Amino acid sequence: MTEISASAPVGTDNDATRPKRRDIGIKRRYAAENRFRALGIGAVSIAVLALVFLLISILSNGLSAFRQTFVAFDVTLDAAVLDKAGNRDPAEMAKVTTIGYGNLLKKALAADLEARGVSTEGISSKEIAGLLSKEAPAQLRNRVLADPGLVGQTISFKTYATGRIDGYYKGRVTMESAALDSNVSPEQLTLADRMRGAGMLTVGFNTGFLFGPDASELRPEAAGLGIAILGSAYMMILVLVMSLPLGIAASIYLEEFAPQNRFTDLIEVNINNLAAVPSIVFGLLGLAIFINFAGLPQSAPVVGALVLTLMTLPTIIIATRAALKAVPPSIREAALGIGASKMQAIFHHVLPLAMPGILTGTIIGLAQALGETAPLLLIGMVAFVRDFPAAPPEGFFDPAAALPVQVYNWTQRADPAFVERASGAIIVLLVFLFLMNLIAIVLRRQFERRW
Amino acid sequence: MKTTSITAIAAFAIAGAVVSAPAMARDEIQIKGSSTVLPYATIVAEAFGENFDFPTPVVQGGGSGAGRKALCEGVGENTIDIANSSSRIKQSDIDNCKANGVDGVMEVRIGYDGIVFASDINGAEFAFTPSDWYNALAAKVVKDGKLVDNTAKAWKDVNDALPAQAILAFIPGTKHGTREVFDVKVLEAGCEATGAFEMFKEMNGGDKKAAGKACIALRTDGASVDIDGDYTETLARLDANKNGIGVFGLSFYENNTDKLRVATMSGITPSTETIAKGEYPVSRPLFFYVKLAHLGVIPGLQEYIDFFVSDDMAGPDGPLAAYGLVSDPELAKTQEMVANGGKPMPPLN
Repeated sequence: MTEISASAPVGTDNDATRPKRRDIGIKRRYAAENRFRALGIGAVSIAVLALVFLLISILSNGLSAFRQTFVAFDVTLDAAVLDKAGNRDPAEMAKVTTIGYGNLLKKALAADLEARGVSTEGISSKEIAGLLSKEAPAQLRNRVLADPGLVGQTISFKTYATGRIDGYYKGRVTMESAALDSNVSPEQLTLADRMRGAGMLTVGFNTGFLFGPDASELRPEAAGLGIAILGSAYMMILVLVMSLPLGIAASIYLEEFAPQNRFTDLIEVNINNLAAVPSIVFGLLGLAIFINFAGLPQSAPVVGALVLTLMTLPTIIIATRAALKAVPPSIREAALGIGASKMQAIFHHVLPLAMPGILTGTIIGLAQALGETAPLLLIGMVAFVRDFPAAPPEGFFDPAAALPVQVYNWTQRADPAFVERASGAIIVLLVFLFLMNLIAIVLRRQFERRW
Repeated sequence: MKTTSITAIAAFAIAGAVVSAPAMARDEIQIKGSSTVLPYATIVAEAFGENFDFPTPVVQGGGSGAGRKALCEGVGENTIDIANSSSRIKQSDIDNCKANGVDGVMEVRIGYDGIVFASDINGAEFAFTPSDWYNALAAKVVKDGKLVDNTAKAWKDVNDALPAQAILAFIPGTKHGTREVFDVKVLEAGCEATGAFEMFKEMNGGDKKAAGKACIALRTDGASVDIDGDYTETLARLDANKNGIGVFGLSFYENNTDKLRVATMSGITPSTETIAKGEYPVSRPLFFYVKLAHLGVIPGLQEYIDFFVSDDMAGPDGPLAAYGLVSDPELAKTQEMVANGGKPMPPLN
């Protein structure tokens, strides 16, 4: 007995009654597991941190894009200026350009400031007019031409304040930076403060950002996402209509009917490879085939949709084939066993069961296509477009922008106000992506069957 | 069976309809080209759409070269009508146009653009000459009458009047039209002023072209950084590295005067006035090129061109000048030329 206890291995376990323990490395293995867990937690936290950082930077930059400073004042629409002929004929009134309306607004704002007792001492009339967006004359002109009866009346008119004044209320422009800035002066900012006190200047929700068209660099405050959202929506509709039937038909054939031979193997390898091809390659292809060869118009959603369809098809085919494969063979066999044809077995039994997987794959493919920029740059979607495309189907051929391209476009503009707009556009894009993924999850939850 | 055939027919019908759809009659003007001219073109396009009964023209960027290439792709509704360009059209472009059946191209000069050198607003002040830039950035410089590798570390090494700040320049990449102007108006001018040009010429047996090429060869030790993106990227780099000096377009600087301190060149502060007078040396004309075959076919094209060069737009008090375009003193001549239906380009000399 003493011999055994003496020769017992080091450690606390020298109870003689127990059998000798084999060293199976429990400690080492626990340590390895803990290390792995720590690494895993580290990896997840780095990913979460990156995501949080991204979201915070986008939200802090972009949320202000949804708010906007407006100026409201009374404008007397002088008939002598706006309708020289005096017959209220819109065709003749159209001869008065936005420059004429701009001068009218300049006088009207100065007069209204005086009427409300807002001091404009030491500020030139040009600087006062500089508070108004350059979009204002166009807004007023459209309003008057749409309703010539307004001429001669005094109307209350609400328009955007210029980007720098807007930036002042968002913290982008300060008195110090204004002193150095050639586009705004500290006097203008103090005047803006006085106008705010008089209730002429308000900050409110910016519907124009969501529904208005893009604007040039002289009027960042008026730039909106309307055309980009519409263009992206048109493209997504077309991509869905084109890629879903094609993708499902191709995968059903490949999965259920095609003979197993070298040719189908080759097709399979090619589909998997296509899914990994950089998207810009599809853009080059689209430029060569759809625009240069088929003669489709530039900047049109239809061309963008064709290119994105080519890009999305492999994703959809791979997802659909996986969904078809996941349906248990017993379903097929049972259907065949009670006398269904192969066609019936697939369309009546296999396809409905595979549908949630197919739809999820399709929506994820679409979400990927929605955020795609590179191929669209090559087919002219990165254009300055200010006219809304018509309703479908003609609208599919009209020039339009797309959301991710609009982001790219705005980050290149010189005016700092576009930085906020670009981040705002990213938020809109993220909301759309989030909604699409949400739909995918709901569909999967709703229709998923477990065996 | 029924379902598949319906799906298949639907798919093919859609694909077929899309591909075989005839190019619809285009009623908007399509413009492409220089990203320097892009903001001016969008300002005009916007005002044009507001004041005329024509649709707003669609304007794309992509670079001067890409614009001219697209212009010369052929005649027809699926080719562009106007190419914006920040450098003059090249003979190779004209040859390319001819080969594709584009015979008449009209050149319209819209004004001038200045190129400015600017640093962080809180940094030191700089007063440059082209020789300073050449001595700071060139691969080989003249020292004691000999061509040696450039080893200057700080601006003070180049010119005693400059601050002792490390040399770090963010200059436009070679695909930019701006780089061409920088090469010619700054580096080559500095090369000649420092006498390096003569030495290069001697080395190459009197070959002026080879000497010119040697003049614009830059040092590769990181003192000069090519920016292939746009000015917003240059600004971001300056923001991250307060020692840097960036090369910008005048209009970009005018929109960011609260962040940038502009340097003088040969004693002249860049502004629309000094450039219009021809005093500030680093400037260039901006153009657009119109495909004459599309005049009268694409609705509103003539009106757009007239409107672009009108005093209301391109004049010294117009919105383009407010954005930073240096108005062309000979604008009246251009207006007259354009109003008379334009004329094809004379051969380049």
